[in-house]
Amino acid sequence: MSVLQRDPQDQVRVLDENGDVVGEVPDIDDETLVDMYRYMRLARHFDTRAVSLQRQGRMGTYPPLSGQEGAQIASAIALAEADWMVPSYREHGAALLRGLPLKQTLLYWMGHEKGNQMPEDANILPPAVPIASQIPHATGAAWALKLQEKADRAVMVYFGDGATSEGDFHVGLNFAGVFDTPNVFFCNNNQWAISVPRERQTRSETIAQKATAYGIDGVQVDGMDPLAVYAVTKAALEKAKNPAEGEGRPTLIEAVQYRFGAHTTADDPTVYRDDEEVEKWKAKDPIPRLEKFLRKTGRLDDEKIEAIEAEIKQQVADAIDAAESDPRPEPSDMFDYTYEERTPEIQAQYEEFEALREKVGDEGFLRE
Amino acid sequence: MSSQNLTIVQAVRDGLYTEMNLDDEVLVMGEDVGKNGGVFRATEGLWNEFGDDRVIDTPLAESGIIGTAVGMAAMGLKPIPEIQFSGFMYPGFDQIVSHMARFRTRTRGRYTLPMVLRAPYGGGIRAPESHSESKEMFYAHEAGLKVVIPSTPYDTKGLLISAIRDPDPVIFLEPKLIYRAFRGDVPEEDYTVPLGEAAVRREGSDVSVFTYGAMTRPTLEAAENLAEEGIDAEVIDLRTISPLDREAVVESFKKTGRAVVVHEAPKTGGLGGEITAIVQEEALLYQEAPVKRVAGYDVPYPLYALEDYYLPSVARIEDGVRETVSF
Repeated sequence: MSVLQRDPQDQVRVLDENGDVVGEVPDIDDETLVDMYRYMRLARHFDTRAVSLQRQGRMGTYPPLSGQEGAQIASAIALAEADWMVPSYREHGAALLRGLPLKQTLLYWMGHEKGNQMPEDANILPPAVPIASQIPHATGAAWALKLQEKADRAVMVYFGDGATSEGDFHVGLNFAGVFDTPNVFFCNNNQWAISVPRERQTRSETIAQKATAYGIDGVQVDGMDPLAVYAVTKAALEKAKNPAEGEGRPTLIEAVQYRFGAHTTADDPTVYRDDEEVEKWKAKDPIPRLEKFLRKTGRLDDEKIEAIEAEIKQQVADAIDAAESDPRPEPSDMFDYTYEERTPEIQAQYEEFEALREKVGDEGFLRE
Repeated sequence: MSSQNLTIVQAVRDGLYTEMNLDDEVLVMGEDVGKNGGVFRATEGLWNEFGDDRVIDTPLAESGIIGTAVGMAAMGLKPIPEIQFSGFMYPGFDQIVSHMARFRTRTRGRYTLPMVLRAPYGGGIRAPESHSESKEMFYAHEAGLKVVIPSTPYDTKGLLISAIRDPDPVIFLEPKLIYRAFRGDVPEEDYTVPLGEAAVRREGSDVSVFTYGAMTRPTLEAAENLAEEGIDAEVIDLRTISPLDREAVVESFKKTGRAVVVHEAPKTGGLGGEITAIVQEEALLYQEAPVKRVAGYDVPYPLYALEDYYLPSVARIEDGVRETVSF
């Protein structure tokens, strides 16, 4: 029976907190498993460095992901080459797997528009800052694939527990149900929407059960168990693309997890939640969990781990160097992407701007 | 009266606190306004003081926050919904436009909505995407709403209390760039600053500069710099952009015959166009120069690496004033 065919309350698990197998290990090759571990470590290291860049004033407000690597990486790694991803604003690791270089992510949070200019071959839409607003886009994108007879590809969209309170969540799932679109709706339920706990978002026992109202499948998974996340996501993607007779394409996945840090670098989680709770969840940290499993099964050892550590440190350092040495964007950029061509009014405003800049220099604009 | 030295965001908090103490019907609702005290601390301590039923953390849904506030207000409560950033008001836009603005009209006065929708707005704080827009004209364009934008701590508390006591719905936009930029004396007691009245921040005889919100400070700075060149600019802080204080606009313009309007909202469809129309309608024969608009550009608000080029700067305001005066 499919891993998706179960009660929403029946959380899918594969590894326990010691990395011991308690469920069915998904079919996944050794290389992908080690890659999964490597990307999770990379995401964690990137996150630590990004928070520190923000603290040092080298980057603006940044939304950390620590604690959520299991859900993020193990789901994104399940995507096939031709599948699409629609991220929220916290999917830095998943976006990297979809072909968005770390440098771009850094540039975006450094306030450079270029950070949002996805490489042409990356199947990813830009991150959505307004909560849940990306969900209908994902439904529309999947619907387009179906209308274009390309439903052998799926579209996976990420959002948080808070997003499930927004109208756009319901709209997106409802359309997906009605038009049977090849979608995976991946909810990173990290328990907190800034300071508001999951229980304040919904009276529902689970988020997964909300799928029932739209006539689609809903499944809850231990979001800090990367193998369980992989199993569920892979099955949901498969079903989206190749549903069995009478089976619907879309699936809502609720990945139960925890963000170890703040919502963004602008808030202080100690104001609204207890250390005790944080410690409880830290015991479920997806990284040591997968590491223990990989060590026990002979796929990883100290030597390999050291090599991975050295490699990711270099990769992140290089990305930071590249982002910081990127030239400051040209102010004329502001006027260039509103329409295909500048309107006469925009052109007039641009000329007025350049004339003034000539007169007063950049210091006539820049505040400290 | 005893007074305190507060920032604008502290004056917001003090205005809420003062009015909640005086009127049991007043309540605050929104995302993170309770235990967390608001992402900008505008509701700090209110949850401890007034409890869960009057300082309400809601689910994350702007249409829900604004829509339920409409229902509460119709039943006689005085809800003050907070939207965390004005850039996130749009899921609630239908509620604002179709209902909040129109209950009085649609029911021929049977219902009125004594609610105040608060949100920080505007740029300049190096914030992420969608956190820096100035879309006040969406609301000024909608009849039935009042739109208030303070620029000093004293006005913030006084205007907020007026807004809460006003029988009609008010959009109260707070310039977050200057939330903590400076302090001012704020009485501890309750007091009001009337809605719909502009304030003359600097008297002058050569040119009238109309502005509001966070742009008031660079405008005043520009006026002081220009004084050294012999240009005597009058600076008018509009404070309420709907209804607009036409009388103050016309009176100042008749004195100077020249006008500059400064706002961070995009130029096209901005308040500058309204000011221009007012002086055309009521003071054409006094006009000695075209009205100059120093405004945001007609492009989406840029990410923060370029925001300083987008926002009217002191130098840009000075340049606009010089152009107008030398016409």
